[in-house]
Amino acid sequence: MSAASPILSVDAVSLSFGGLKALSGVTFDVAPNSITAVIGPNGAGKTSLFNCVSGFYTPQQGAIRFEGADITRTHPPHRAKIGLARTFQNIALFRGMTVLDNIKLGRHAHMRTNLLDALLYWGRAQREEMALRAEIEEKVIDFLEINHIRNQPVASLAYGLRKRVELARALAMRPKVLMLDEPVAGMNREETEDMARFILDVKEEWGVTILMVEHDMGMVMDISDHVVVLNFGTVIARGKPAEVTQNPDVIRAYLGGTDIEALQRRIQGREAA
Amino acid sequence: MRIGTLKESYAADEALFDTRTQKAWLGLFFLALLVFPFTAGEYWLYIACLVAIHVISTTGLNILTGFTGLVSLGQAAFMGVGAYTVAVLEARLGTPTLVNLLAAGFVTAAVGALVGLPSLRVKGLYLAMATIAASFILHFIFANWTSVTQGVSGINVPPASVLGFEMARPVQLYWLILPIAVLMVLGAANLFRTRIGRAFIAIRDRDISAEVLGIPLLRYKLMSFALSSFYAGVAGGLWAYFFRVVTPESFPFVYSIFFLAAVIVGGMGTILGGILGAVFMTLVPEVLKLGVGLLSPVLPDAVAILSPVRTIVFGALIVGFLVFEPHGLAEIWRRTRRFFHLWPFKT
Repeated sequence: MSAASPILSVDAVSLSFGGLKALSGVTFDVAPNSITAVIGPNGAGKTSLFNCVSGFYTPQQGAIRFEGADITRTHPPHRAKIGLARTFQNIALFRGMTVLDNIKLGRHAHMRTNLLDALLYWGRAQREEMALRAEIEEKVIDFLEINHIRNQPVASLAYGLRKRVELARALAMRPKVLMLDEPVAGMNREETEDMARFILDVKEEWGVTILMVEHDMGMVMDISDHVVVLNFGTVIARGKPAEVTQNPDVIRAYLGGTDIEALQRRIQGREAA
Repeated sequence: MRIGTLKESYAADEALFDTRTQKAWLGLFFLALLVFPFTAGEYWLYIACLVAIHVISTTGLNILTGFTGLVSLGQAAFMGVGAYTVAVLEARLGTPTLVNLLAAGFVTAAVGALVGLPSLRVKGLYLAMATIAASFILHFIFANWTSVTQGVSGINVPPASVLGFEMARPVQLYWLILPIAVLMVLGAANLFRTRIGRAFIAIRDRDISAEVLGIPLLRYKLMSFALSSFYAGVAGGLWAYFFRVVTPESFPFVYSIFFLAAVIVGGMGTILGGILGAVFMTLVPEVLKLGVGLLSPVLPDAVAILSPVRTIVFGALIVGFLVFEPHGLAEIWRRTRRFFHLWPFKT
């Protein structure tokens, strides 16, 4: 990792629910304009970690810093405003709305229209809405290739497309750090490849830093710059993808044994498929 | 048949009324509304005013329940707050009518925001219970704060007057109530083209996700309560000018259920639904009454025999809607439009 100051750092974060320790002393940094993947077996604490970073849980100990500022105790709406966006594992779109309205909601925190403007739809409200529509159409919708479904209700879309709409909504927030909770879970090979391409493009064209949780090892190894491995709420390894796969602790956590060859075969097998 | 719609700007695509046909029908509708008072009798004007008042209040409740997903059974009590505000201002201070109506809106909005406070913690049936409790408290205040509300005897309200025109009869009040109703419905329609309306729907559909997008839940829930109550307050104020006497019995709890039923029958979460629901709920009992009246020459005892049946038919119609068209009259309207768009091909 370069010595550049991290855009997001998780510092000795511990979280417990009653007697259950979900996270203990988790520490890692996310470098600007990189893709960092958090992996680990089921129940390792990945989603708990995500919820701490996005503000649903407040860790009992430790700090989360965003661009140097401590945000551990701020509310989710504040984090949205300063440039932290996320998607959810089990898609959290607004089912009753069209794709376009869902994406527009991403810009909510950056708009100024107040209630009176909204009722009159005059002046600022109209200007803001038109600027928003143009920006979303030209940047987000074109970019993610969802022009054909913009006016459809979200409830009628296929799973892979919904995931893409959720990414679109997060991008509309103009995030600095984008958190993706299992962006390709449940997708077929083709959809996975599309999504991987979009994630890489987001990093390169938009200059957005990405932090993701993912189970698809093939994709994690292909696109991430940095991998953090969690097990039972602690970081057991971190580093470049190739380094992490060689780490005996990681192999033990995944396979329950010490057979390095088996893990490597498994990863290569996935990549080849 | 409509083959496609061509739009050349984003503004055209986001307009409330997009096609030329739609605008033509709308123009015709407004023309009919303008001609109506010159052709209709006193009775039908009375009904029209009542429908317009109900449209305002139903639209308000629709903002809260249909769009924001917060069930409220306090709408009638909120209307009562508005009606009392107008009655007290008009009878004691004699301030101008429009000022009184605005004051009714703001006072009710404040009360509504207060009643909405539990909504951060409780949802669904629990919130409905909280609003029922609030409406009983308000009724208690109406009946017992005698120095202001004059208790059970109520307050007589002098007629409304705008720019020196006194409005006592429905034919005059029509010109006050209808424009206000049109403006308020238009305001609600505009609201849902902007970030605030979208935030309301987001809270209804998935509040966790809304929070991540930067929508402070408490502030928006209270805003929805306040706005919905503002509508109720203005509707209540107009009600006071319309019936000219406000008593604690004017806004019974059943009236709240009437508005909730109107929202559901009309279509939750659509502006058109609020209008159609209010029209349906107000007109159907009258139409049934008329039907019984028409039968009386044929059947001498029609009124005595059929009057109880009327209530049953009304109830059955509501149940029928819930079962066969849960999305309400607005959905039936949408399907009808679609049929004409695609005609002569089958949908």
